[in-house]
Amino acid sequence: MHLTDDERRIAEGSEGSAKAMAMRLVAETGRLLGAPRLLNVASAHVDGCLYHGDSGTHFAERLAKDGGRVAVPTTLNVGALDLLHPDRVKGNAHHREMAGRMMQAYERLGCRPTWTCAPYQAGHRPAAGTDVAWGESNAVAFCNSVLGARTNRYGDFLDIACALVGRAPDYGLHRPENRRATVVVDASALSPALRDADVFYPVLGTWLGAEIGSEIAAIDGLPPRQSEDRLKALGAAAASAGAVGLFHVVGSTPEAPTLAAATQSGSTRTIRLTPEMIRAARDRLSTATDGAVDCIALGSPHFSEAEIAELRRLAAGRRFRMPVYVCTRRDLVERSNLSDLEAAGAVIVADTCVVVTPILPDTGGTLMTNSGKFAHYGPANLGYDVVYGSLADCVATAVEGRLTRAEALWR
Amino acid sequence: MTELTGETLIAGKGAGTILRVDDAISFWGGVDPKTALISDPRHPRHGACLTGRVVAIAELRGSSSSSAVLLELIHAGIAPSAILLRDTDAILALGALVAREMGYGDLAMLKMPSDAFALLTEGRRAHVEGPRVVLD
Repeated sequence: MHLTDDERRIAEGSEGSAKAMAMRLVAETGRLLGAPRLLNVASAHVDGCLYHGDSGTHFAERLAKDGGRVAVPTTLNVGALDLLHPDRVKGNAHHREMAGRMMQAYERLGCRPTWTCAPYQAGHRPAAGTDVAWGESNAVAFCNSVLGARTNRYGDFLDIACALVGRAPDYGLHRPENRRATVVVDASALSPALRDADVFYPVLGTWLGAEIGSEIAAIDGLPPRQSEDRLKALGAAAASAGAVGLFHVVGSTPEAPTLAAATQSGSTRTIRLTPEMIRAARDRLSTATDGAVDCIALGSPHFSEAEIAELRRLAAGRRFRMPVYVCTRRDLVERSNLSDLEAAGAVIVADTCVVVTPILPDTGGTLMTNSGKFAHYGPANLGYDVVYGSLADCVATAVEGRLTRAEALWR
Repeated sequence: MTELTGETLIAGKGAGTILRVDDAISFWGGVDPKTALISDPRHPRHGACLTGRVVAIAELRGSSSSSAVLLELIHAGIAPSAILLRDTDAILALGALVAREMGYGDLAMLKMPSDAFALLTEGRRAHVEGPRVVLD
């Protein structure tokens, strides 16, 4: 691991102790990963601002007290509080105080208070080929796969460390030769109706994460020019079920205009998806398939304008018989009028989400979601059973007051 | 007695009985930072406690917040006594690196060659120091 004289001086404290600690963390991680050097990054997205315990607050406050200031434009992922609706989060006083102090410390470091896991839909969109340092597994997958910018999966603490020094280890997905697909996933045997349904994409992501892990796949045989929200849902599910940091979708993502481009014409193995494989992945997303549903959770990653519009279309003129939690970005809440959804029974959550902080009643029960990521983390984080379904299934269930899922697509 | 050699990711020492985690695990969403219990009900080791164990982990996955969970375990004094990985995982290592920077202590973390990893059987007592793992 070669550090420049400048980098070495910073690690020794020439630009203050916050930057010194940050440089040591970046350099030490680079050494662990076998990176030959550091490279410059153009932006950062920090996931470390979510409260998991007091240690993370102490770390951020230490950096802020020591005069830390980000060196590149930096957005913030969700925190553990909904600052727009302060009563939403039920945590005890200590939780709320420490989570709030942590969020303030990251703001003092110069990060933009975006508080979203979908920064790429809040204007943070690095150009293809740009090196960046992003945290939050779904944001990493989107940044690499859909934007074509280059980042590794920067864990909590390394994300802010890279932002403070404007550097990251030169390894992994920063290198073009490491971005080629080595596995071809052929979806062409699946029914056209399934391949063109939103509900398929988190299921495909779940299969991808579980079966492919950190290998890089090129998914072939899907209709071209898939929407950003489908690719977002695919990536979020894949990055929850496995260590997926980059995937290619032939005809939809920037490094895969053709299959040959995605594989860089190198050797690959091919997996042909069957309806049985997809049904098994769908089944894995649910821990309950009958009985009462207590609430609906939407928006992991945070709902976009288009997803809100679709919810509005499905819910028009209807009333929900159970809480429908809609997690979304604060900038979207601030500039749109969501009162019709609230009147129907939706509970709008900004700055955070229902799976990372206590918002749901702690009674347990069954939650329904159209998010592969919520389905994946719900049981462990919330103690709720989970049923996975389409957005239309979720709305129908909320309106009918009982579990309603369309099964035809999956037969 | 068996002596194995790994690659030091984080220098430190520790001893305890081995807890083997063969199925991929995410510390965030998979380990409760308040109790150190494996909290994912879908994980085969659900309910096992990491505190004081030499935890042998075959594969890590998922969340980039796993480093925060490990830091919290170290800060709260309920961390494993050492972690032995089959593959280098920078996200988990970061939790231990930050603990060292913050003065919370050193958690030994080693990467083990796969033949050595296979010898890390559940319940066997292990002493970890530097790159060496001694099995009783």
